[in-house]
Amino acid sequence: MTDVVASRIGLPKLSSLARFTFVDVILWALRLAVVIVVVGGTIGTLLKGRYAAAQWFDLVMFGLTIGSVYALIALGYTMVYGVLRLINFAHGDITMTGAFAGYFLASSFDRSGLLDRSPILAMAGILALAIVTSTTIAVLTERIAYRPFRHVRGFAPLICAIGVSFFLEQTFRGLFGPSIRSYPDPKWQRAAIDVLGFSVPRVDIIVIALAVVAMLVLYVIIQRTKMGTAMRAVSEDTDAAAMMGVDVNKVVVFTFALGGAMAGIAGVFYAFVFKQVYFFMGFTPGIKAFGAAVLGGIGSVPGAMIGGFFLGLVESVGPALFLDGIGIPAPYQLRDLIAFTLLIMVLIFRPHGILGERMAKKRA
Amino acid sequence: MMAGAAARRVAGSRRAPPSPLQRAAVTGLVFGILGLYLAIVGILAMIHGRAIIVGVLTLGQATLVAIGLGTGAMIVRGDGEHGAWSWSTLLRSLFAGAIAGGVLALLVVAMDALDLRAIFIALSPALFEMLTFDLGLAGGVLVLIGGSAALAALGALLTLGPRAFRRHVLIGCIAVIFFGVFQELIQIMMQYGDIIGAVRETIYTWEGLTPEGAILIFVIATAISLLAARLRGGERSDAETPPAQRRNARIAKAAVAVLLLVLFPLLAGSYIGQVMMLVGLYILMGMGLNLEVGLAGLLDLGFVAFFAVGAYTTALLTADSPHALAAFTAIPSLSYWEAMPIAVLVSVIVGVLFGIPVLGVRGDYLAVATMGLGEIVRVIVQSDAAAPLLAGAQGILQIPKPWLGNIELSDPVDLFYLTLACAAVAAYCAWRLENSRLGRAWMAVRDDEDVAQALGINLVKVKLLAYGLGAAFAGLAGSIFAVMLTSIYPSSFQLLVSINVLALIIVGGMAACPA
Repeated sequence: MTDVVASRIGLPKLSSLARFTFVDVILWALRLAVVIVVVGGTIGTLLKGRYAAAQWFDLVMFGLTIGSVYALIALGYTMVYGVLRLINFAHGDITMTGAFAGYFLASSFDRSGLLDRSPILAMAGILALAIVTSTTIAVLTERIAYRPFRHVRGFAPLICAIGVSFFLEQTFRGLFGPSIRSYPDPKWQRAAIDVLGFSVPRVDIIVIALAVVAMLVLYVIIQRTKMGTAMRAVSEDTDAAAMMGVDVNKVVVFTFALGGAMAGIAGVFYAFVFKQVYFFMGFTPGIKAFGAAVLGGIGSVPGAMIGGFFLGLVESVGPALFLDGIGIPAPYQLRDLIAFTLLIMVLIFRPHGILGERMAKKRA
Repeated sequence: MMAGAAARRVAGSRRAPPSPLQRAAVTGLVFGILGLYLAIVGILAMIHGRAIIVGVLTLGQATLVAIGLGTGAMIVRGDGEHGAWSWSTLLRSLFAGAIAGGVLALLVVAMDALDLRAIFIALSPALFEMLTFDLGLAGGVLVLIGGSAALAALGALLTLGPRAFRRHVLIGCIAVIFFGVFQELIQIMMQYGDIIGAVRETIYTWEGLTPEGAILIFVIATAISLLAARLRGGERSDAETPPAQRRNARIAKAAVAVLLLVLFPLLAGSYIGQVMMLVGLYILMGMGLNLEVGLAGLLDLGFVAFFAVGAYTTALLTADSPHALAAFTAIPSLSYWEAMPIAVLVSVIVGVLFGIPVLGVRGDYLAVATMGLGEIVRVIVQSDAAAPLLAGAQGILQIPKPWLGNIELSDPVDLFYLTLACAAVAAYCAWRLENSRLGRAWMAVRDDEDVAQALGINLVKVKLLAYGLGAAFAGLAGSIFAVMLTSIYPSSFQLLVSINVLALIIVGGMAACPA
């Protein structure tokens, strides 16, 4: 058993150190290469000193902003995975539906001037609509698409999830057209405020603060309410929970609803940060957020939060810090490269993530 | 809609069984929502533009008719085996049909009253005209509800009617729709010859089928269907034909199919040649992915990367552009035939390199990891950092067409034969692999990795071979793709291609090579 686990996480088998195969050599080389790039790039960049402290601070703030969005999305992945052992591939697209719903309300508020007059009310309305839309769609996908696959083993559920993802994308493309629409950009969001002597756009602060509040609320729901307890019980052991009188169906629906609500908030924030919505926008953040969920240990709620922030930071600071130093031109185009590399490295070397020790053992 | 009906049944079994009337209402609602979905997504308006019978019926209207008929059929299905004819069935299908039509009628009213187009771009005036049948609001609503109810009743009657009759009518209708929808392709094919030309004149105008043509096709198709049923009935009586003879018959059938496949593009011209060629490429990739997913059980969503590697290798080796290797290294510009094996080889190497790190990753994680790898390849190719070598987002242009002797294979039909030949070779390899020791080892790994290892299968070797060979197929496809377009861009290698190929082998049946 330990052998299997060890080989799965890429460590050379303890019992057979003598048989150090070429595969192990390559895996170690891969690790070394990443370390060299990270360390070498960092030293190179710092020696060059191209970036001032203010720029670093900007990058960090942006990383935290985008990281909080990833964390919100990652929560949906991790909760669904915990309960159903299913990678809900369509979760990124559920984020997209929230962003779209928010867009229509936001642009009508923008036209009527409400967005500038009473920002708090407008934001609350936009978020509420986005949450309702995303939650509805999340629950519907569970009911229609995933429930028949509940007890199917193998690839079928994952492939079904991919199908749902494409169905949602194409539906929204049909409904609202393939063009990119720009989110309203009210003045109060752009205004800079002072943090520790550096100026930060207010939208970043709002996003981070609200995301943290949302996550705290979620954490309290999971830890303190009856439904949250039931959810934790089901993710621990579905059969035992069912025997103890937990209505598993209800828990699953509740999980999807919570995940959908988080995705709705994340969708609106993502759109407010990047100022645009289109039908394919959910895909990339979805995949990255999955990476964040794995990074934090899939199935673990605090893990997903930490993973999200970490991924956001690495993605934002990484290109400047690691890649500029080793002389790669236009490092910002390789932002996604860093995120995906991180995702793969985690999947290969530490599939149980930072906080998810128990989950990995159960799967192995 | 099936799920909805099934869900209803599940829900019903737990609580009190729903009354037949309730079920009719739900069925009508489900079908109505289906129609509503098609309408606001824009499919209805889009296929409304495609006439089946000129001036009489469009595909969009046919869809509405199908929704109406389906409602009625579903009502009868729901009654179970003992669904016999009764007035109540008729009334219930009328009711359900009216509800289904009513949902669409609501949409029409809403479109008339509110300006929904600002949000839903598909709700165009054209859709309004289609749904109201140019009769204005009130007339349109009446026709929608009444027509839908009548059609549902008809559907119920048809479902209750004799089964053989229903099948033949259905086949006739499908034939008409087929000939109507694909009229451009069929007309192009029928351009040659006097007799065929004359036939074309009678059944087609330039926009679609004439009413007479439609009736003719319907009659012929129904007759053929009847005849086939008669023949099959005769065949069934001598089911004791020896297996050898039956196998001969199967081989003969396969030979005929292959012959048709070979001759078809010759007759059909270059457009169809192009389409068939793409089909051929997908077949090649499908066979490659089948080795990985179907046989070895390694779900790979980064498959498109191998395709891209094949295409880029070919391009770099042969292209007549500043990015080609020949431009700044000592390597001479190769001809296509020299470049192709190299492209395949490079794909294999990349496939193995791909495979090594993810060896220990299993199941769902493997899918995501391979997808990430595929995306990494795309991001690198697209970036400016790799631009000096791979030309970034602009892509590589001016890839020469292959020469066979001194004939340039420039026509899509010629290239189609190239694809077909490659596919044939690949199919042979795949078929041999499937029944080989390696193929059985793959299946063992797919079914249970730990047991396979315990049985003495070298997991590392077997898995890497799966990646490598699968990549070889994709690299071959990519190589042909490069010369087909004579230029390649990173945007051609989206994740969607991987998923399309995956869908293809799922539809075709996993692990079944001919599929």
